[in-house]
Amino acid sequence: MSNVPNELRYTKTHEWVRKEKDGTLTIGITDHAQALLGDLVYVEAPEVGGNYETGEDCAVVESVKAASDVYAPLAGEVVQVNPSLADTPETINRDPYGAGWIFRIKPEYLGELDDLLDATAYSAQIANG
Amino acid sequence: MGKRTALYTTHVQANAKLVDFGGWDMPLNYGSQIEEHHWVRQHVGLFDVSHMTIVDIHGENSRTFLRYLLANNVDRLKQPGKALYSCMLNEQGGVIDDLIVYFLTDNWFRMVVNAATRDKDLAWITTHADKFNLQIKVRDDLAMIAVQGPRARACVHTVLGKSAAKVGELGAFFMTMIGAMALARTGYTGEDGYEVMLPATSAADFWQQLIDQGAKPCGLGARDTLRLEAGMNLYGSDMDETTTPLESGLTWTVAWEPPDRAFIGRKVLDQQKQSGVKHKLVGLVMDDKGMLRNHLKVIIDGLESGEITSGSFSPTLGKAIAFARVPVSIGERAKVDVRGRLVDVRVVKPPFVRNGKACI
Repeated sequence: MSNVPNELRYTKTHEWVRKEKDGTLTIGITDHAQALLGDLVYVEAPEVGGNYETGEDCAVVESVKAASDVYAPLAGEVVQVNPSLADTPETINRDPYGAGWIFRIKPEYLGELDDLLDATAYSAQIANG
Repeated sequence: MGKRTALYTTHVQANAKLVDFGGWDMPLNYGSQIEEHHWVRQHVGLFDVSHMTIVDIHGENSRTFLRYLLANNVDRLKQPGKALYSCMLNEQGGVIDDLIVYFLTDNWFRMVVNAATRDKDLAWITTHADKFNLQIKVRDDLAMIAVQGPRARACVHTVLGKSAAKVGELGAFFMTMIGAMALARTGYTGEDGYEVMLPATSAADFWQQLIDQGAKPCGLGARDTLRLEAGMNLYGSDMDETTTPLESGLTWTVAWEPPDRAFIGRKVLDQQKQSGVKHKLVGLVMDDKGMLRNHLKVIIDGLESGEITSGSFSPTLGKAIAFARVPVSIGERAKVDVRGRLVDVRVVKPPFVRNGKACI
């Protein structure tokens, strides 16, 4: 079964979001998503400084099998991208919620976080296929 | 539910991710297809290829029939056990399938054809065999296991024990029989090894014995990246009934001599050979980071565009590689349209990797 940590928020499109102490949000793809994609071989990260709307595609993760868009879970400005993924995209397969984070954003409205799924709701969604 | 090989339960127990392949439930991987790929390049991997179709042809006219049916010439097979790679063409020179044919005795040849093309191949073969008075037997009673990698032969020899002496001397592209088991020194990975055809009832035992010797199960995902690195075509992607061997990097598999051997499709190939073809299959290497995929457009200065027929990631090279069908006058550079971004690629002659080492 997929790992769905309780402390994170989720989207229907399989991103996870973690609130940091400085008010930024760290974003990655879930364990379920990495398992579906298989071995990742390329990550096209967003531009630092780029502004994205909620639900806008901002990154691409590619496995041997398929390419998949990563969507901004909430509106904001990208303040950091994970520099290690360029050379070791497989980090996402090994540690999707830790070293495999993809980017951080400074949200426009932090309140949007409440619109996202909690662990129970996301688990229910992936259980229903 | 798809068709299942004799090793289906074995795959399920090994936590394989199963996918539909040509109507069969087959393992895509057993965890990580990239690790499986490396394991074959460095050690020894096992592939269940029992979904492929084994066809035995019996009768004194077998050789005459195959001289007519295949674009390569079975008269190149002089020693019993010798194998030959060939295309089977339609009247237009298009490729119905690619296959390996083994010469066993004067009255017995064996062909191994693809799984997804099974029905049309068998229909084509039996229709044309009609006037040759042959017996065509589909060997669904056999399973097929490919053991591939630098340690593959040693691994098989250990499992065979005393009877290994006979296979130890087997040359490349030769088959020999040990009891009900046929061992061929062939494969689809660019590594040394065997393809073993054996009674389906003993497949699971043999598989386990190989695993006990350090072989790891590998899925169709790794098989695809291995064959692509090795420069081997995949039927349905790199060639099909609308392309001839000359447009598919397979000219080397067409036997032109003797000129009076009137194999099916020859007329069109002779014309193409004389007037030249417009397209050919080449290798592409992307040195930048990213991925090449089937059907992406290849953009070439001053020429019409081409198309990627097999694109993937090469675990050995750590970069994206592909086969592409392009105009014959392509130079050493091209660009590929990756989601609207034009990425530079080098045009190379496959293989990309042989016997574990980069060739490009």
